[in-house]
Amino acid sequence: MPNAKLMQGNEACTLGALAAGLEFFAGYPITPSTEIAELCAEELPKLGGKFLQMEDEIGSIAAIIGASLTGKKSMTATSGPGFSLMQECIGYSSLCEIPIVIINVQRMGPSTGMPTSPAQGDVMQARWGTHGDHPVIVLAPGNVKECFELTVRAFNLAEKYRVPVIVLMDEVIGHMREKVILPEQSSIKVVNRKAPAAPGSYVPYAADPNGGVPDMAPFGEGFRWHVTGLFHDETGFPSNKGEVADTLLRRINLKVEKNEPEIRDYAVEGVDDCDTLVVTFGCSAMSALSAVRQARKNGIKAGLLRLKTIWPFPEATFDGIMGHVKRVIVPEMNLGQLAGEVERAVARRAAVERLGKVNGELFRPEEILSVITNGAARTAEASK
Amino acid sequence: MSESMKYMRQGRLPHIWCPGCGHGTVTGALTRAIARLKLDKNKTIIVSGIGCSSRAPGYLDFDTLHTAHGRAIAFATGIKVAKPELKVIVLTGDGDCTAIGGNHFIHAARRNIDITTIVMNNNIYGMTSGQYSPMTPKGFLATTAPYGNVERSFDLSKLAIAAGATYVGRATTYHVQLLTDLIEKALLNKGFSVIEAVTQCPTYLGRKNKLGSAVDMLNWFKDGAVNVKAASALPPERLAGKFLIGELHAAPEPEFTEVYGNVVSQVQRKFDQFQGGVRGCEQNSD
Ligand SMILES: Cc1ncc(C[n+]2csc(CCOP(=O)(O)OP(=O)(O)O)c2C)c(N)n1
Ligand code: SF4
Repeated sequence: MPNAKLMQGNEACTLGALAAGLEFFAGYPITPSTEIAELCAEELPKLGGKFLQMEDEIGSIAAIIGASLTGKKSMTATSGPGFSLMQECIGYSSLCEIPIVIINVQRMGPSTGMPTSPAQGDVMQARWGTHGDHPVIVLAPGNVKECFELTVRAFNLAEKYRVPVIVLMDEVIGHMREKVILPEQSSIKVVNRKAPAAPGSYVPYAADPNGGVPDMAPFGEGFRWHVTGLFHDETGFPSNKGEVADTLLRRINLKVEKNEPEIRDYAVEGVDDCDTLVVTFGCSAMSALSAVRQARKNGIKAGLLRLKTIWPFPEATFDGIMGHVKRVIVPEMNLGQLAGEVERAVARRAAVERLGKVNGELFRPEEILSVITNGAARTAEASK
Repeated sequence: MSESMKYMRQGRLPHIWCPGCGHGTVTGALTRAIARLKLDKNKTIIVSGIGCSSRAPGYLDFDTLHTAHGRAIAFATGIKVAKPELKVIVLTGDGDCTAIGGNHFIHAARRNIDITTIVMNNNIYGMTSGQYSPMTPKGFLATTAPYGNVERSFDLSKLAIAAGATYVGRATTYHVQLLTDLIEKALLNKGFSVIEAVTQCPTYLGRKNKLGSAVDMLNWFKDGAVNVKAASALPPERLAGKFLIGELHAAPEPEFTEVYGNVVSQVQRKFDQFQGGVRGCEQNSD
């Protein structure tokens, strides 16, 4: 068995980043993400990469954007309070189209909350935390192996679409240990941003207005281009013309919207014939899977849709599996952030039952099984 | 064409600054210092935050990065660590650098990372129309200090020295020759260098405080400044109400990216030799 190792999610995530070509990490310690920074501090220099402990999370995300501009694949890792601090610069990365990867190992919030307890309360912040309409991609691993795989994918998507990509982990996934067989480096697909051939005719933000991705020149190679968080035209220089802003904002958002089918990623079980569909992600999906399997043993036609890409939300996926579904149950460790999106996608074809848990304890499979079997205490209707 | 104009994006002119604003003078001093040193345009990166002063990079013919308010030094740190062979210059304002960006400023100084930071200190928030900054003198009027500023202000240069900057100088837009010389020396220092360029905002600081025209403000700088070399020979009463200009601190120390670069070259080895690590995850902390 090649490369089989017992490792925790945070470790697998770091190894995924290194496999994807990580060259620069900047971060600020915060539970439960710190192991990622620690491992980067140890491993990156061995590969000629650089690790930097910044003075705060704002500095951390600023530093990785700067490093990415020099052509290096860059990442930071944090949790709730730090993720909140990063929001302004996530918008900078979105608007200026500078690829970065942010690992957010979720913990209970708001505020300092319960630092060592798992939660999934950053679903909406990951999508809408920064001001203005902006493109962002959010992936959610459901086990240790996926921490590796989805971090590789996060880099590939960031490089391909020039957007910030957030890997939304949680305390359980981050700290859980599983035996993982790492793929051979040669078998890992690694995507690199497209760079312009030579300075001269380089127009930094020239791209198809219909969601095109411009080529990105590394700083320090003679392109001498300008990057600004002001709205800018194709040349990269600021413009306050309404039509320039409109074209830019639509283009950068279309990059993700138009490519949703390619970015979409999920796992299913028993959805071909199910009348009760459980939709969830991350640590909650581990318990949901056991619950669905047990329910099927008990003769209930239950199915599971586990989202690996949360944003863009894979609305169209529901069209394919809603056939027989009468009930949709959404267990998540927050008060219904994913459920709201699920309700939108289900579009009244079935009742959506919110199963929010916010006591810092992982769902037990029996809890979900009991809702599958007996119906939820609160349905979407009742909660209105 | 003068040598220094070769470093400007002339197609981007005219600039956005008000008539009489000192930011252009500081930018001009920078291009002349760069021209003297013949810095490679393709290997020099200019980074700024947000403010009138931070608009300067748009007019300079390098790879230029106009970042977020207060964050220029943090972005610049990422650039410098990722590619230490690049020359990195930060242009910032007194608000950008010492209020919202104060933390990054002191930590960059502490690290002694090779970044030349030019702070255009006009003692006010220009871009947002004249609110007081951490550099607004006590008693001065600002839109948010309608009864006079009650806060104490920083001595930026002292702050930089205390935090660990290895080259610090101050000049004004009246003392352009000195300003250019200091920027040149700062660019030659391998470490964190700070030039406090005292500059005029006639539009807000000037008008609100009845300081007169831009020329009057330049005279105010002329009268208020004492060269540090001359100051040592003067009795304290002659220095009351004055501020020092000139080279205030020059004390080279090992530079951060070089020291870390040495660590990196020592520990480098291949990824496929990685054996995995076992790390504790039971710790309980905030
Ligand atoms: C996070 C954030 N807060 C506030 C602002 C508004 N703002 C823009 S520039 C500025 C002050 C700039 O003052 P200074 O750095 O002294 O530069 P000057 O305009 O005087 O050259 C402020 C408060 C902003 N852009 N971003
Ligand atoms: S407002 Fe003040 S700082 Fe801004 S451009 Fe005008 S004079 Fe210069």
